[in-house]
Amino acid sequence: MIGLPHYLTVAAILFTLGTLGIFLNRKNVIVILMSVELILLAVNINFVAFSVFLGNITGQIFALFVLTVAAAEAAIGLAILVVFYRNRGSIAVEDINTMKG
Amino acid sequence: MTLAALFFYLFAGVAVASAFMVIASRNPVHSVLFLILTFVNASGLFILIGAEFLAMILIVVYVGAVAVLFLFVVMMLDVDFVELRQGFLQYLPVGVLVGLVFLAELVLVLGSWTFGEGVTGAVLTTTSDVSNTVQIGRVLYTEYVMFFQMAGLVLLVAMIGAIVLTLRHRENVKRQSIPAQNARNKAAAIDIVKVPSGKGL
Repeated sequence: MIGLPHYLTVAAILFTLGTLGIFLNRKNVIVILMSVELILLAVNINFVAFSVFLGNITGQIFALFVLTVAAAEAAIGLAILVVFYRNRGSIAVEDINTMKG
Repeated sequence: MTLAALFFYLFAGVAVASAFMVIASRNPVHSVLFLILTFVNASGLFILIGAEFLAMILIVVYVGAVAVLFLFVVMMLDVDFVELRQGFLQYLPVGVLVGLVFLAELVLVLGSWTFGEGVTGAVLTTTSDVSNTVQIGRVLYTEYVMFFQMAGLVLLVAMIGAIVLTLRHRENVKRQSIPAQNARNKAAAIDIVKVPSGKGL
């Protein structure tokens, strides 16, 4: 029977792939944003799995809020990306150095 | 192997494989499409575990809104994506190293982890006599109504922020001006010219 460790393993693999995506695609901001979405999906899987196996609905409520914040983050991130491309003509991470940070 | 286990491995395998393709595919459009596949399979996992409401929300929010937003942006930006891939092999060793460290840590946590004492005695327990959606609704609109409204405010601020960021006022574009139209009267709009006969204007 499928238990909690199975779900946690899937979430761990998705989380790792998300971090790997951030490290590998150092030039493409869009893929980095998608990797952040993958990481948040892994977190959501963890929340829902623990919620179901502990018999506590609060985890699913929190997963709902994580989903809300993820959607807001994607919208703002893509808006910033569009404005940046309009101003600089590039979306490479290496070109985002105006603030010398 | 039961049917549920079979479907679990199907959904989990396709989700992990398409998540790998999200970060590995050359074309960002393909990345977005694999992201959609990942989310659909994750919602399949949610349905298997019994969280139907979140599964449907995941489909609506991610596949219906966020992924389409990504697709729009990817297709709108005229970027040479071949050039963007050039550092891929350069960052591969350190990326794989960090990924392996993360995975090892997570596996170590998973292997040695147990439930704490009294964790199952939670206040808001799930019951099987009403559906998942009813349970979430009962808690979301009573216990967590404050957080629910704050989530709505977050979405509102995100919407306003995205509009303010991307709105662009172009010069030399004719626009309708409602105040100017309303301020127009007969005296200002009509100019009566006496034209003498035999002469032009």
